[in-house]
Amino acid sequence: MALPDELGTLTKAFSGLGVDEKSLIRILGKCHPEQTKSFRKGAPDFFIQDERLFERWDDHRVKLLKHEFMRFKNAVVLWTMHPWERDARLVKEALKKGPQAYGVIVEVACTRSSEELLGARRAYHSLFDHSVEEDVAHHVHGSERKLLVALVSAYRYEGPTVKEDAAKSDAKALANAFKNADKKSLIDDDEVIRVLSTRSKLHLQEVYNYYNKHHNNIDEDLDGDSRLKEAVQCLCVPQKYFSKVLDAALKNDAEKNTKKGLTRVVVTRADVDMKLIKEEFHNLFGDSLSKKIEDTAHGNYKDFLLTLIARRDAN
Amino acid sequence: MATLIVPDNVSPSQDAEVLRKACEGWGTDEKAIISILGHRNAEQRKQIRLAYHQLYQEDLVKRLESELNGDFEKAVYRWILEPADRDAVLANAAIKKGETDAKVLIEISCIRSPEELLAVRRAYQHRYKRSLEEDVASHLSGDLRKLLVGLVSAYRYDGEEINTRIGNSEAEILHHAIKDKAFNSDEVIRILTTRSKPQLNAIFNRYREEHATSITKNLLGDDAHPNDFQKALHTTVRSLTDPHKYFAKVVRDGIKKLGTDEDSLTRVIVTRAEKDLRDIKDLYYKKNSVPLGQVVAKETSGDYKKFLLTLLGEED
Repeated sequence: MALPDELGTLTKAFSGLGVDEKSLIRILGKCHPEQTKSFRKGAPDFFIQDERLFERWDDHRVKLLKHEFMRFKNAVVLWTMHPWERDARLVKEALKKGPQAYGVIVEVACTRSSEELLGARRAYHSLFDHSVEEDVAHHVHGSERKLLVALVSAYRYEGPTVKEDAAKSDAKALANAFKNADKKSLIDDDEVIRVLSTRSKLHLQEVYNYYNKHHNNIDEDLDGDSRLKEAVQCLCVPQKYFSKVLDAALKNDAEKNTKKGLTRVVVTRADVDMKLIKEEFHNLFGDSLSKKIEDTAHGNYKDFLLTLIARRDAN
Repeated sequence: MATLIVPDNVSPSQDAEVLRKACEGWGTDEKAIISILGHRNAEQRKQIRLAYHQLYQEDLVKRLESELNGDFEKAVYRWILEPADRDAVLANAAIKKGETDAKVLIEISCIRSPEELLAVRRAYQHRYKRSLEEDVASHLSGDLRKLLVGLVSAYRYDGEEINTRIGNSEAEILHHAIKDKAFNSDEVIRILTTRSKPQLNAIFNRYREEHATSITKNLLGDDAHPNDFQKALHTTVRSLTDPHKYFAKVVRDGIKKLGTDEDSLTRVIVTRAEKDLRDIKDLYYKKNSVPLGQVVAKETSGDYKKFLLTLLGEED
């Protein structure tokens, strides 16, 4: 083993998203015990020097490695799942994980079509013997509860009719709520919840545009409340939202839950709007999504993702 | 049990012909209309509409709307619509009425099954190009809005599984809310608008076991004049736990309003004739010692009366 290079490749094969199976087979399959020992000595991130004079695997590292090996399996299982079961399980997992994962609930409730969300609610009945709204209401506490319950319960009109007056008055209602934001938190405001959780997506586009034209910049106004901002983005500019989730997942220092966003977004959007997401990703971050995945992910997991995001390109 | 009486053999095209004849020329043969439509179930009525359209290139509903009038027309119009579409029309009328009488919306969201409620929401979107919840939300405010939007948006688990631990803790929560007169607490609304019906029954039973009174009594509080929200809460719990008793009361109150407002009586008879109007009749008799058919015959008149009696299964 030409030490520094192969050591570097080996370390890289274990870092990032997924594992580089081919390199692992090629290098580890052929190296001598002496070389493996050098690897252990030369990789202090993975192995620690035990007091009884041997190099042992860092337990935490092994755990992380398990996740990385499982990433491909998880992607495959998620991909083959019925979309209804998939969304029901995503929501349940988010509820279990707690507030830092609630963004997934917003994502599922706001980016799926009305019928898809209904299907997910049905699957939730079958899988968990409860309705999704009863579990969300029971597990989510504090100010987020009202919004999240309302979002998962929505069955939005999806036709083309939009009443301009209604959109204007909704925009005004939002403006009022934002003005009073220091007295009454936005996410608790009944009018904000009403508009975001009952109106059709086309109607919300009108509201979004009207607000930006006649009141303020809505993205700025929402800066104080990340959950609301997520909801508005998911409803009005979903590709922007998804691009941000992908970008965060592909960062080197991303934490565990954030990284899961990569599999989730690719699997759930590959057949919906991946082309648009790729364009938006490029607009926002200058890089192509496939290049970023190429740089950050490894092995079968990487190949699977790249195949998924390209699958509709020929059309 | 249903009160609707349906003959064994029916032919939609024959029925369509009879109805056509009844509407042709001067005047209308209301008797024929009642004798056909008053003895057909929802599926058969749907087939008649299709056959009528095929034969005469006209919508039977529109034709009847133009031929009939008054309370009779309203009743027939509601009767002939498909159940989900009918509920959508009733819901929209209730929302537009501007009163905060939430009865109709509560009935639709609490007494229909989860799948039926979904069908109503779809029918509503189809008819009015907006979602039911967006109209409810924009016409109401405050506590009533929270309750009703929650109720119409619910897609309750419809299995039989109940969790005793949850039942007990939810009953405790309700008890505390009622004790503090915090009827509009988010917890009360959460429980009523999200839990499944079997689970709710378990919760209310537990409440009665622990506190020796039924929750419906306690929800009205000590006030002689409960506000609209309290009334709505009361209606919600009664609809969820004992719909027959609830409807018997609506009918009784509806009969008192006759002369000014036939809507309640029409609504109950039309929407329950194919479901459980017999049970409601029996309960009505038990509570008022006079058969419902007799009261309807006395308090209503004309074709409206004949139609109601037919749906009630009372034949002459």
